[in-house]
Amino acid sequence: MFLINCPYCGERDQSEFSCGGEAHIIRPKQPTELSDDQWAEYLFMRKNIKGVQFERWNHAHGCRKWFNMVRDTKNDKIHAVYKMGEKPPVE
Amino acid sequence: MTKYRVNKTKHVDQTKTISFDFDGKSYHGFEGDTLASALLANGVHLVGRSFKYHRPRGIMSSGSEEPNAICQVNEDTDLTEPNVRATEIELYEGLKASSQNCWPSVKFDIGGINNFISPFIPAGFYYKTFMWPKSFWKKIYEPLIRWSAGLGKSPTKPDPELYDHKHVHCDVLIIGGGISGIIASKISAKNNLKTILIEDKNILGGSTIFQKNENYKINNKYSSEWLNEEIAELKKLDNLTIKTRTSLAAYHSYNYLLAKENISDHLPLEKRNGDIRQRLWKIRADKVIVATGAIERPLVFNNNDRPGIMLSNSVKKYLDFYGVSCGFNNVIFTNNDSAYETAVSFKEKGISVEIIDIRKKSNSKIVKNAEKLGVKIYWNSTIVNTLGHRKINSIEIMNLSEDGSNVVGDKKRIKCDCLAISGGWTPMVHMHTQSGGKLDFREIDQTFIPNEIDENHINVGSCNGDFELEDIIKNTNNKVKNFLKVSESEFDNTSVLNSKELDKRNIWLLPNFISEGKCKSFIDFQNDSTAKDIKLALREGFKSIEHVKRYTTTGMATDQGKLSNMHALGIIADTAGVKMGTLGTTTFRPPFTPLTFGSIVGRSVGKFFDTIRRTSIHEWHSQNNAKFENVGQWKRPWYYPINDEGLHDAVQRESKAARDSAGILDASTLGKIDIQGTDASEFLNRVYTNAWSKLGIGKCRYGLMLNEDGMVYDDGVTTRLGENHYLMTTTTGGAANVLSKLEDYLQTEWPELDVYLTSVTDHYSTASICGPNSKKILKKIFPDKDFSDDAFPHMSYQNGKIDEINCRIMRISFTGELSYEINIESKYGKSLWEKCIEAGKEFKITPYGTETMHLLRAEKGFIIVGQDTDGTMTPIDLQMDWIVSKKKYDFIGKRSLYRSDTIREDRKQLVGLLTDDPNEVLEEGAQIVSDINKKPIEMIGHVTSSYFSPNLNKSIALAVVKSGKKMNGQKLIVPMENKNINVIVSDSVFLDKENKRINA
Ligand SMILES: [Zn+2]
Repeated sequence: MFLINCPYCGERDQSEFSCGGEAHIIRPKQPTELSDDQWAEYLFMRKNIKGVQFERWNHAHGCRKWFNMVRDTKNDKIHAVYKMGEKPPVE
Repeated sequence: MTKYRVNKTKHVDQTKTISFDFDGKSYHGFEGDTLASALLANGVHLVGRSFKYHRPRGIMSSGSEEPNAICQVNEDTDLTEPNVRATEIELYEGLKASSQNCWPSVKFDIGGINNFISPFIPAGFYYKTFMWPKSFWKKIYEPLIRWSAGLGKSPTKPDPELYDHKHVHCDVLIIGGGISGIIASKISAKNNLKTILIEDKNILGGSTIFQKNENYKINNKYSSEWLNEEIAELKKLDNLTIKTRTSLAAYHSYNYLLAKENISDHLPLEKRNGDIRQRLWKIRADKVIVATGAIERPLVFNNNDRPGIMLSNSVKKYLDFYGVSCGFNNVIFTNNDSAYETAVSFKEKGISVEIIDIRKKSNSKIVKNAEKLGVKIYWNSTIVNTLGHRKINSIEIMNLSEDGSNVVGDKKRIKCDCLAISGGWTPMVHMHTQSGGKLDFREIDQTFIPNEIDENHINVGSCNGDFELEDIIKNTNNKVKNFLKVSESEFDNTSVLNSKELDKRNIWLLPNFISEGKCKSFIDFQNDSTAKDIKLALREGFKSIEHVKRYTTTGMATDQGKLSNMHALGIIADTAGVKMGTLGTTTFRPPFTPLTFGSIVGRSVGKFFDTIRRTSIHEWHSQNNAKFENVGQWKRPWYYPINDEGLHDAVQRESKAARDSAGILDASTLGKIDIQGTDASEFLNRVYTNAWSKLGIGKCRYGLMLNEDGMVYDDGVTTRLGENHYLMTTTTGGAANVLSKLEDYLQTEWPELDVYLTSVTDHYSTASICGPNSKKILKKIFPDKDFSDDAFPHMSYQNGKIDEINCRIMRISFTGELSYEINIESKYGKSLWEKCIEAGKEFKITPYGTETMHLLRAEKGFIIVGQDTDGTMTPIDLQMDWIVSKKKYDFIGKRSLYRSDTIREDRKQLVGLLTDDPNEVLEEGAQIVSDINKKPIEMIGHVTSSYFSPNLNKSIALAVVKSGKKMNGQKLIVPMENKNINVIVSDSVFLDKENKRINA
């Protein structure tokens, strides 16, 4: 059970959050101009890394804000949390 | 006093007698006893039958690692509790327990026949034998396995006990109240750290608390004496919470731990008073110190499972802690020094004991001590057989060859009534590995010890591989000081004297003159797997420890292999000729010992199981005989039976009334989202499939929302309240998800949009009035308002007032009838409703529930998201092309609507179905086929909604069918269990295709 440092609220129990999958996947600005394969790449393909991974999280039962997290999926160490729109920290 | 109670100790109060029943027979024990110690005091060793062979089994240990003495507590079948370890049941007045896993009785067990056919029950027996024929499963194999396995009986009634949860935070959590846990607690608490110490036993002190041996002294006192003084001081510390009878269940990441506290299980039944039985502690600790100790290993030799064969340190605990001698002719079988402490304890009390030691010699102080007391020691020897049916009565020993791989010389028989075995010690690394920690293998004593890298968690004492008293004290002190960043402690100058083990010898599987195949050398006592099973698994090609474990079921019982895992690994390593450290260990998973369901759910039972949401009008519904159905967390009126009307009759009456005159529905549960901001229109354009920019203020529009994959996600009517202000409605069940999805897009994809979302579902109550007379009723409620179609057309909204209270009136329809919805602040919901009922009286206004609502909309072919759709339906599949904007450049899901898969013409599509027999109502979920003769029969779709329509006087259904769009008029079949129903594909709109009724 993680202890997550919400960038707006501070440390809270994992049960207040929900995970929204891989971060930094930007919705294409012109979806209609994409081929099936390009659209599928956006829609379905996720990395699911064993190791350091960038994830979206939502403080669903708190401030309801979305933010990003850098987490090592091997040991669940959270290396960083940062607000939406901010640049990911360089590893 | 029974004859086995040979010793008075301070832990058992022999002035307080407690009577209890075991297997229907009455016994006496004392306050302080466990069920196991009380049984042993009465000479009872045989407590159960083994799982597979039904061999007689006795109490083996004194703690949570017990594999055999698994009991059923409480005879009342309503409330009985299975799988409780007798070694952990504190004796209380009125305790009734029985052996598990044997029938008809522990002494005569029918399943025991398995013991004689055991050559035919090898490893993987269940996998191999019960594979075929398949038809045997239901009637023969499964009942047979269930009957003969029978790991206890479940209670038949809901648990009446009260359970609790408690959340706590602390600076330091110490797990285990043995000597190292006590040292750690003292250092922590004395340095102003908020400390919690948990211990699963009822008293602190671990195995040191009954250690009274000249060879183990601390500051020149017996180690138990020294520890007692430490504990007395510890209890005075302010910032230390000591929780006994509290066992750690799980150690999760970020130092989040679960511990179960037993509050009333040890009390006499009449003193329990319905108070809390168990409390689950949810602890978030800054730092964790694990001091869970070590478990003694058994030895693996032929027939090592008879009642009377016990772990050596447990035999010592029964003697020195409980005052019970497990036998009068004791033999100790060991490979290490610790068993000599047991021998010395026996001898000092004048009880006969001999030792079989597989080592060639040992010159430590404790061994000398035993020799001096006259204990006979057979060096370099092993046991090749044990005898005695219900209890051990003798053993046969032989000498070991030089390299220990074989036995030599003559067999010698020794009489005994208790055999104490010790194969060394295994650190309890469960907690460390549960937290994600890794292990290192230590060759010298063949142990896995924690490899520590986490800066917020350490292991101390014997769970960290320190087995000598001096190491335990010195290393615990140093480690804890470092960990807590403390420069000095009171333990810095503690002087320790202890006998040190100098000679070691380990043989995982002891050799025998009998061939391996004929030996019964048990590894996992609870699951009955033997060394032979492990070797067979290896011969059959299993290599991974995880596979061997599952194939042989070793370590898969309720004790999770606490006694068996190391031997299984050792035998695999020896047989395969590889180093044990390279095999890795199996994963220990929480809980460490089984938890009750009660402690897991805590107070979340009965009415607290889930949140119940009721509308402001709920009370009226109840008073008017409504039957409710759960829609998400909401209680919605389902139908309103009059007198003894059933569902069908009530729904037929309600449906007819709604179309013939007037009906009223509580629509308050529909999700409502208030949308404001200068980009609100643009936002709706992006989230709905249709266009919103041109919707006039005061107008309503139906919208369909997709997922990015093009599948229908939600629907509802949205009303434009002002230039930059909308009120969106969602389905009842989808409200929370829709809001969070919209928030997601706003915050992450389109942060540039000026839009604010507020959930107002609970803020407004909604009465929906429909039917040809609805306009007249509205006119009575709002006499000043012009309800003409010109002034107040379909799909528009106006503000209104009832007794000076503002409300919103929407002219929208989910039934196809002329229909109005009135929204009012929830606190006025019930009075609004009563006003509508009053005004509608002259038109026989009929309240209707969700079932009638579903029927009415089905007549009109309106979908229900989640009933007629299942996350695989596009708007095109639903034949709702009309709502998908061709002009809009983009909206959520648009691109997916022309992926190669979504444009397939043979997708399942929504159609209407009419049965040949108009009285035949299809079952929702029924499969649809076109050709019943072609085998295998192809299922081409299923029924999603089905009703008998009183307004059309025939059965109607909605269904999704492959290529359904092209099938209008085609005959299909709905095969049921005893008949095939003929149907014909129709339009999905059954009533009023011309939309006349909406303006009636
Ligand atoms: Zn937050």
